[in-house]
Amino acid sequence: MIAFILGRLWQSLILLVLVSIIGYCVLNLAPGGPLSQYSLMPGMTKEALDRIAEQMGLNRPLYVQYVDWAWKLVQGDWGKSFRDGRPVLSVISSVLPATLLLMVGSTIISVLIGTVIGVYSAVRSGSVFDYVATVLAMVALSVPTFWFGLISIYVFSVKLGWLPAGNMMTPGDGSVWDVTVHLIMPSIVLALVNVAIWSRYMRSSTLEVLGQDFIRTARAKGVRPRRILVKHVMGNALLPMIALAGMQLPALIGGALVTETVFTWPGMGRLFLDSLGYNDYPVVMGILMFSAILVLLGSLLADIISAMIDPRIQLN
Amino acid sequence: MSTTTTFSNNNSGSWRQSRVLRQFLRNKLAVIGMLMLLILLAACFIGPHLIAYDELHIDLRARFAPPLTGGHIFGTDPLGRDLAARLFHAGQISLFVGFCAMIISTVIGTTIGVVAGYYGRWVGAVLMRITDAFLSFPSVFLLLALAAFIKPSPVMITLIIAVTSWMELARIIEAEIKSLRDREFIQAARMLGLRGRWIMFRELLPNAMGPVIVAATLTIARAILLEAYISFLGYGIQPPLPSLGNMLNGAQQYLTSAPWLAIVPGIAITMAVTGFNFIGDGLRDALDTRKG
Repeated sequence: MIAFILGRLWQSLILLVLVSIIGYCVLNLAPGGPLSQYSLMPGMTKEALDRIAEQMGLNRPLYVQYVDWAWKLVQGDWGKSFRDGRPVLSVISSVLPATLLLMVGSTIISVLIGTVIGVYSAVRSGSVFDYVATVLAMVALSVPTFWFGLISIYVFSVKLGWLPAGNMMTPGDGSVWDVTVHLIMPSIVLALVNVAIWSRYMRSSTLEVLGQDFIRTARAKGVRPRRILVKHVMGNALLPMIALAGMQLPALIGGALVTETVFTWPGMGRLFLDSLGYNDYPVVMGILMFSAILVLLGSLLADIISAMIDPRIQLN
Repeated sequence: MSTTTTFSNNNSGSWRQSRVLRQFLRNKLAVIGMLMLLILLAACFIGPHLIAYDELHIDLRARFAPPLTGGHIFGTDPLGRDLAARLFHAGQISLFVGFCAMIISTVIGTTIGVVAGYYGRWVGAVLMRITDAFLSFPSVFLLLALAAFIKPSPVMITLIIAVTSWMELARIIEAEIKSLRDREFIQAARMLGLRGRWIMFRELLPNAMGPVIVAATLTIARAILLEAYISFLGYGIQPPLPSLGNMLNGAQQYLTSAPWLAIVPGIAITMAVTGFNFIGDGLRDALDTRKG
């Protein structure tokens, strides 16, 4: 187990280095590269820019600069937002709870609904329900999240007036109930794609378990069908889904960005877009790197949890 | 034992292809997908000739005309431009961007996958870890950052969509090539002294063409969706050039007064993406000879 965790950590570390190299390349694509924060200042002259470049060490070889930049990231120095001068990390951590709340809300919905649909499709495989679920899952994967959000707002806020059209809470309120009501629509919209993916994988995972010998044994012993399904089948079928949850993390974070924009949810995605609009490159880069690290941590965690539950899982 | 579809093999090619075609046509969803795409293509390329309005014709007296009024089948936008004319033009652009992005990302993904799969060892390991690293970025974030940093032109948007969507394909191809690498015909090719490049792209790749075609079809769907996302957020195709995404860009503020501005382009995107996804899925079933 320890060997597995160490090996997996080592893999993540290598990936982290590669991720940071890609991030550094993206940073250098910004207008003015690392100098972007200064070149946009009003009244900045070419001479002054050259001096800053010299001071920032931009005339050193690229790999030295990269190591320098990466070392600062490790130390937690992610630069300062040039909208308000706050350190990037504290800007990000101030909006992170909202994004995490949205992601958790939508994950709960997609796991619950996806599992039910997936298991039912597998048990009744070949039925009308199974076919309809298959088709709907593919359509759900094809609907743009933001459009689904717009249409939901139109139906449930504009026409029916059941749910608030955006924001995380009513100004002046902010009770748990108020936030929950605001959370319902965005998390369902964000969950749409994941319900589709989760139900498909759950279906095939359940089908695989249903064909195993120990299920036949349980049936032969006369265990009640419901008990077989809940205890024997679902426990085993859910196991590979932990890794799937880790794999789906990038899509979930990306989807959160779009959902937050449509519902003016004050999270990391909105911050990212606002920062893009203000040319606030340190924050843009910060969120880009932060989300990649979040993904790496998520998949690391998912793999370790799977390995802890299932001793058959080996490091490949 | 798994058998693989061989496209380069001429004497059995026509038979196999017709079998694949028959399989494909038997799949209802795939046929529906084809029909949806045909309708879309017809609308985008024949439609403009049937409409009396130009997509850039501004008529402020006819602002926010609801669908089916004044000769506007889909209504008009805040500038009084005919929504149908704009939609058809936007469809052309979005389909074109999706198609080009698919070509580029397929070339990148296939090359990386084939090279990584054939050489294996550290070359393969390095390439696949780079692939994993790219996959660690939520693609919408990476796309937006790139689109904001680079001056967005349709060509650039296409390129950055391609650059952020080759990874799944590379993984699929790598696994496929790995499984083919030690087969007899490759050993024979090596013994004949063929160069690596020849073996990779003339011997191995044709045998892995099935997954490439499936992934390429699904990549078009993905590229159209990604273009819609970033254009909706204002960093993709820039107006006055319409795209299915940027037509939705201003739609949110008129949701109460002119909902058709949001509904019509959204349905078009969904149709295009669903069409390609259905076709891709049908192709997967049809090309998978392992199933029977």
